[in-house]
Amino acid sequence: MLVYILRRLLIAIPVLIGVTIVTYGFISMAPGDPVTALLDPEQMSTLGPDWVEQQKAALGLDKPVPVRYVLWLGEAARGNLGYSAVDRRPVAQKLGERIGPTLRLMIAALLIALLVGIPIGILSAVKQYSWLDYVSNLAGLAMISIPGFFLGLAAIYLFALKLQILPTAGMATIGEPPSLWDQFRHLLLPAFVLGLAEAAPLIRYARSSMLEVIHQEYVRVARAKGLSEWTVLLVHALRNALIPLITIIALQLPTLVGGAVIIEQIFAWPGMGTLAISAIFGRDYPTIMAINLISAVMIILSSLIADVMYAVVDPRVHYN
Amino acid sequence: MAETAAPGRLTLRAVPTAIPRARPGVWSRFRRHRLALVGAGILVVLVLVAALAPLVFSLDPYKVDLRAYRKPPTPEHLLGTDASGRDVLARLIFGARVSLSVGVVAVSIYTLLGVVLGAIAGYRGGTVDNVIMRLADIFLAFPRLIIIITLASLVGPSIYNVMLIIGLLGWPPIARIVRGMFLSLREREFVVGARVSGARDTRIMFRHIVPNVLAPVIVAATFGMAGAILLEAGLSFLGLGVQPPMASWGNMLNAAQSLTILEGMPWLWLPPGVMIAITVLSLNFVGDGLRDALDPYQTMSSEK
Repeated sequence: MLVYILRRLLIAIPVLIGVTIVTYGFISMAPGDPVTALLDPEQMSTLGPDWVEQQKAALGLDKPVPVRYVLWLGEAARGNLGYSAVDRRPVAQKLGERIGPTLRLMIAALLIALLVGIPIGILSAVKQYSWLDYVSNLAGLAMISIPGFFLGLAAIYLFALKLQILPTAGMATIGEPPSLWDQFRHLLLPAFVLGLAEAAPLIRYARSSMLEVIHQEYVRVARAKGLSEWTVLLVHALRNALIPLITIIALQLPTLVGGAVIIEQIFAWPGMGTLAISAIFGRDYPTIMAINLISAVMIILSSLIADVMYAVVDPRVHYN
Repeated sequence: MAETAAPGRLTLRAVPTAIPRARPGVWSRFRRHRLALVGAGILVVLVLVAALAPLVFSLDPYKVDLRAYRKPPTPEHLLGTDASGRDVLARLIFGARVSLSVGVVAVSIYTLLGVVLGAIAGYRGGTVDNVIMRLADIFLAFPRLIIIITLASLVGPSIYNVMLIIGLLGWPPIARIVRGMFLSLREREFVVGARVSGARDTRIMFRHIVPNVLAPVIVAATFGMAGAILLEAGLSFLGLGVQPPMASWGNMLNAAQSLTILEGMPWLWLPPGVMIAITVLSLNFVGDGLRDALDPYQTMSSEK
């Protein structure tokens, strides 16, 4: 097992390097540069081209792209992700501030997805072809079809503006002493909007995986022994039905990362997503590079976790 | 896989026609999927309206009328007007053109790329296969939305760039499907037969084998179209997709981010959001129906 994990981590390294090469390549094709982007043209004409060149050299922008890439990679491997082109703060520090809120949002959304998706999926498998099955299938499709930002706007309209029971944006009320209840209220809407979209595929997979299990013979044996229907379903069938779901949950994480970008933007959530958008509009390339790298790491790690969990939960699975 | 009785036909079970046909009609299985039929119907109406309405009625999505600033719906402007006094209904219909064409073009690009790359990887094997599939791994490890917004800001946001970006980044899942099927198909007799009769490799790949992998590719492309329309809407919503004054459902919603509009002018944000949801939902219905119809052994949806 340990060997397997190590091997997977080793395979992940070239993939990560590939991601950074491609991203770096894309970014280096960008027109303009951070020096001229920060200056207004009038000021630039008084400072002269020499000054601009000097500033570029100070930022390392005078070197050819492959050289810059290798330098960046060397520093990144040592944990230095560079300095923001906009406010000159270390990128690692900026990211550090943002990763907590994003993780909080993602974990809450994942919990909601699990609590909504799995029970509904299991129920619609048990009551196959009932109206409940039909409605949950329809609701699942609706949840992946409604764009998150529209659902988010609708949720703000309904719960924050009309009913006025939840705040419209942010992570806490500004100017008030921090309280858990206040933060929880702020978390509720964005986490639900993000979580419902993730719940839809879970409903579908929970249903099909449960259906597969309840038609197996050991379940019939459990029934024949005279166990109550709920014991059969929850104790005997559910355990095996959950195994394939672990993979699905881990493979959902990348969409969670992407979905968080738009949801954070709508709810003014101070996470990586809003940082990504402001970095993109501010042409803050070091920050963009770092966000791409961190997200790629999260995606690769989640598929590794999926495979490892699979073997942990199911003793029949061996990796060699 | 048990035969599921078609709804409405009561005596089916008594008739001894249980011998499975080699290839029961795809259309008849698709037709049994009622939601897929509804979805297909909605899509046909959408395409017709998007294509024909501007020719039949006088609609101008660009006509600025500053006296009609954010007017609620009236008989003259059925869905009201926006901040520049432009007719919301006209913009909605032109937005349908944008969404549908982004969906079709982007998905065509990546389906073509995916089929070609997957076919080459699966047919050639060895180093070529390795290179292509590792490339696919890299593209799959990208945080999709983040790299898309990065690219959109680099090449400049426009409808053509959105099509290109989604098209160039979306191929790996298709390539994986095609490659997987090629691995087993290339060993089959009909391929050996074609080779013996002197067909060139490209001909064997694209004339003989590719038709056999199209079913799952079509299903994936249908779902992909739903995804591409959502992506375009998301990008335009963020201001990184289709740029005003060109109308797109996403950028119509972008204008509705302020709380005053959200609270007091629902005609500005409700219609585009509902249109995106209906279009994407219809595509997902059709995708579901196609999956059941084309691939009866892999059923996960409502009909089974």
